[in-house]
Amino acid sequence: MTFATSPAPHVIAPNSVRRVMGLVLFALAPAIVMHVVFFGVGLLVQLFLGVIVALVSEAIALKLRRKALQPFLTDGSAIITGVLLAMCLPPLAPWWLVVSGSAFAVLLAKHLYGGLGANPFNPAMVGYAVLLVSFPAQLTQWLPPQLADLQLLRPGVGDACYTIFMGHLPAHLTWDAITSPTPLTSMRNSLSMGLTMQEAQANPMFGSLGGRGWDWINLCILGGGVWLLVLRIIRWHIPFAMLAAIAIPAAVMNAVDPGAYPGMTFHLTAGASMLGAFFIATDPISAATSNRGKLMYGAGIGLITYVIRTWGGYPDGVAFAVLMMNAAVPLIDRYTVPRVYGHTR
Amino acid sequence: MTPALHGGLRLPGNKQRSTQKPLRLLPAPAQVVLPLDQHAGAAAIAQVKVGDRVLRGQLIARADSEISASLHASIAGTVRAIEPRPVPYHRNGPSICIVIDNDGSDAAVSVAAVDYAAFDPRALCEYIGNGGIVGLGGAAFPTAPKLRRGQRSDGPQLILNGAECEPWISCDDMLMREHAQQILRGAAILCHALQATRCTVVIEDDKPVAESAMRAAQAALHDERIVIQSVPTIYPAGGENQVITAVTGLEVPASGLPSDIGVLCHNVGTAAAIARWIDNGEPLIRRIVTVTGSGVCEPGNLEVWLGTPMSELIVRSGGYAGSIARLLMGGSMMGLALPGDDLPVVKASNCLVAALPEDLHLRGMEMPCIRCGNCSEACPVMLLPQQLHWFARSDDCAALESLGLMDCIECGCCDYVCPSQIPLAQRFREAKPALIERLTSRQQALQARQRYEARDERLERIEAQRQAKLAEKRKAMTQNNQSGG
Amino acid sequence: MIVAILIMIAIGTVLAAVLAGSASSTAQREQLLTERINERLPQTQCGRCTFTGCKPYAAAIARGEADINQCPPGGDATAKVLADLLGRPPKPVDPRFGVVLPQPLVAWIDEPACIGCTKCIQACPVDAIVGASKFMHTVITAQCTGCELCVPPCPVDCIEMRTVTEVALS
Repeated sequence: MTFATSPAPHVIAPNSVRRVMGLVLFALAPAIVMHVVFFGVGLLVQLFLGVIVALVSEAIALKLRRKALQPFLTDGSAIITGVLLAMCLPPLAPWWLVVSGSAFAVLLAKHLYGGLGANPFNPAMVGYAVLLVSFPAQLTQWLPPQLADLQLLRPGVGDACYTIFMGHLPAHLTWDAITSPTPLTSMRNSLSMGLTMQEAQANPMFGSLGGRGWDWINLCILGGGVWLLVLRIIRWHIPFAMLAAIAIPAAVMNAVDPGAYPGMTFHLTAGASMLGAFFIATDPISAATSNRGKLMYGAGIGLITYVIRTWGGYPDGVAFAVLMMNAAVPLIDRYTVPRVYGHTR
Repeated sequence: MTPALHGGLRLPGNKQRSTQKPLRLLPAPAQVVLPLDQHAGAAAIAQVKVGDRVLRGQLIARADSEISASLHASIAGTVRAIEPRPVPYHRNGPSICIVIDNDGSDAAVSVAAVDYAAFDPRALCEYIGNGGIVGLGGAAFPTAPKLRRGQRSDGPQLILNGAECEPWISCDDMLMREHAQQILRGAAILCHALQATRCTVVIEDDKPVAESAMRAAQAALHDERIVIQSVPTIYPAGGENQVITAVTGLEVPASGLPSDIGVLCHNVGTAAAIARWIDNGEPLIRRIVTVTGSGVCEPGNLEVWLGTPMSELIVRSGGYAGSIARLLMGGSMMGLALPGDDLPVVKASNCLVAALPEDLHLRGMEMPCIRCGNCSEACPVMLLPQQLHWFARSDDCAALESLGLMDCIECGCCDYVCPSQIPLAQRFREAKPALIERLTSRQQALQARQRYEARDERLERIEAQRQAKLAEKRKAMTQNNQSGG
Repeated sequence: MIVAILIMIAIGTVLAAVLAGSASSTAQREQLLTERINERLPQTQCGRCTFTGCKPYAAAIARGEADINQCPPGGDATAKVLADLLGRPPKPVDPRFGVVLPQPLVAWIDEPACIGCTKCIQACPVDAIVGASKFMHTVITAQCTGCELCVPPCPVDCIEMRTVTEVALS
């Protein structure tokens, strides 16, 4: 009798790129739901646009590179890029913002470097950085959380869709009336106006942990991230190092001058700290290779984020921090090759 | 306290089904095919010719060089042919085999049992080599040269490897259950040959019956030198380097041997084969083979005469049960997928798995590496398979060498966990000889170029000297003409 | 605004001049490329590619006068390596330049027949034949690249090409 042959091993784990990406999306779902609960359906429209454009861009790029569409189109990596980018944008941002950002991320930051597995920079962060630098005004138009005690004007579902697709607000709304700064921006503005941190936090927008609404979203992200850790989709090194490198300087500066520098809990629950730690910095393709390298990489991102937040020109520094450490990855990899069995170093 | 194995995998063992029944000795087959190169090192040299009558246990091929092993007839009969035949191991094409037809006489050479204690250690190593003994753990390394290298003035530490970590294989388990005394006898012989003062038998903790049998035998023996140690069941805890680290806490140096750190490791089956040779005068002409998989009707462990066609093993195990996806020699992680079942059982054949699709999980389409790092977490040698993969693709010899490609034990753990389903183990298997060959041929090309340029330069120098002489002559002639004429 | 534009043009011109000045000349680039190509050739120096050695062939490829698939001793592997280096699609060795052998061959002298004329020694591009006038000649197998340049000059036809194993067994 004759048989088919193939090289060993003949059993492999039932794992695939699609499964990994799918689980990451699952882990993001609670945070997305919370976001919609607090800030309206705008995010859903952004997600829809971001994902569609990401997939279309991926298809165009694959065709241009003369590669088969399958399995790359459905491996989930383009979807994740679209989702992460959309989550970084204000819910009512005009449609062309997420479209151009998503297309840029997939076409230039991913496929120009060689496609899946070959991009040195995190594509979603490249897209976001390009938008932030090119269209700073649109990226400040955040909404306040939909909480009962905050008396603020809320755009409805129809208004939200109109704003996104028409690129401007309907006649009965103005940006001043409906927008509200994010907790990080609010804190920054207050501190620069001379208020102490305690006075700044007296604003009803802040809860005990951080910005209200935002703290729930960040907790959901933390939960999703921990779930990914348990499933061993991501390792603890990058999230731990990044959060520690945000928390420790924050705690130190807070101890030095409690009035001028927000503390650990604020920084950890504000902005993109959690999203960055568990979903953005852990993007394996652009991160360091060895565990020691990952610790350095995560710590670098956390530290740079804190520095930009506290002394830099932008309210949140996660995107730029990630991109800067992406550039440092080859150097980190070169100097953190682990010792092989039987070798002395 | 056993030092923890780095990485590794917890895999379903699938060993229960083949350990339900006791060992069965198969009758001698009608024909045996004995490859001359079924061990690591140089092929043996045939000592018989076509038409000769041979007895069971007769020497039919002699060890050729330092690293080689002799071969003995596993049945009595006539040498039908000495010709190339397909063989079940990684070679480019068929190997020369001695084919013997059974004459039904079942006549054997009689070799007297010897008192091993009477031998001096060096001579005992030679005598063990005369029995054609090779490592029965799967690598088939000739035992005599291994023992010679292991001999030291203060005696090495001996380790017997009964871990058997790879899924499906259970031949060592059954050997330990039923022939524990023989194994320990082999341990005593090896201790004498190596002047070792300590012997540790390593057993994985998924073999409680085997472990208690070994402990009972050891207790009855009252040999202080022999210790039984249990290790956690993780694949590949049974790799030679991994076992040595588990017992001694030391690491075998890269591009070195266990004897460099005063350790020698042998499979329990090898020890039993040595005992059989010394005590019964029977050289290595049979071994236990696990025949298993959902694709055979009656899985079990068979004691098989070397050279028996594998199809016969399947027949004696109730035949095939269903449409076979792969026939593996070895386990599911490192076993070789055989193209057919008419191949002979060789010294390295520890297991035959007739696998149905549900026994395996074959890889799908290969995707690009997403640098997830699962591979380096799983690697027991602490390599970075991800980096090795990138550099193997770009043929960067220097980087592959510095990252430790030659240290890879090809266990397949990295392959197993890769979400992009990259055939990493196969890539590294292919890259190793390619690395050696490329380094050698680059060296040769460099030498050839240097010789060519040296020759060019020499010819130019000779030509320049000739021209200079000619110019001088011309100058002298014109001076002569001017002054003379 | 005009001033700003003029300043930008001036800065651009200065930088362009600096870059142009520091860029290597065409000759230098060609020499570098020749070296890179030569490193990837097998150094057999046989001349089957129609050039007098591996370096002239490499120079011809760098100048664009020769194709990458003219080297039978290098085989399809070398053609692919050159294709990768130059960013071209790979192609198999052109049979007009010679046959790609499955096994490398080395020269072997039938010593009883050798008359000691030194014609083969002069022909060998890597000095792999030892001997002197009226003395026995022999090939150092380890140094022989298999170029076959020694075979035609022999007046008594006592050199032939054999595989390494055949030479070892003879």
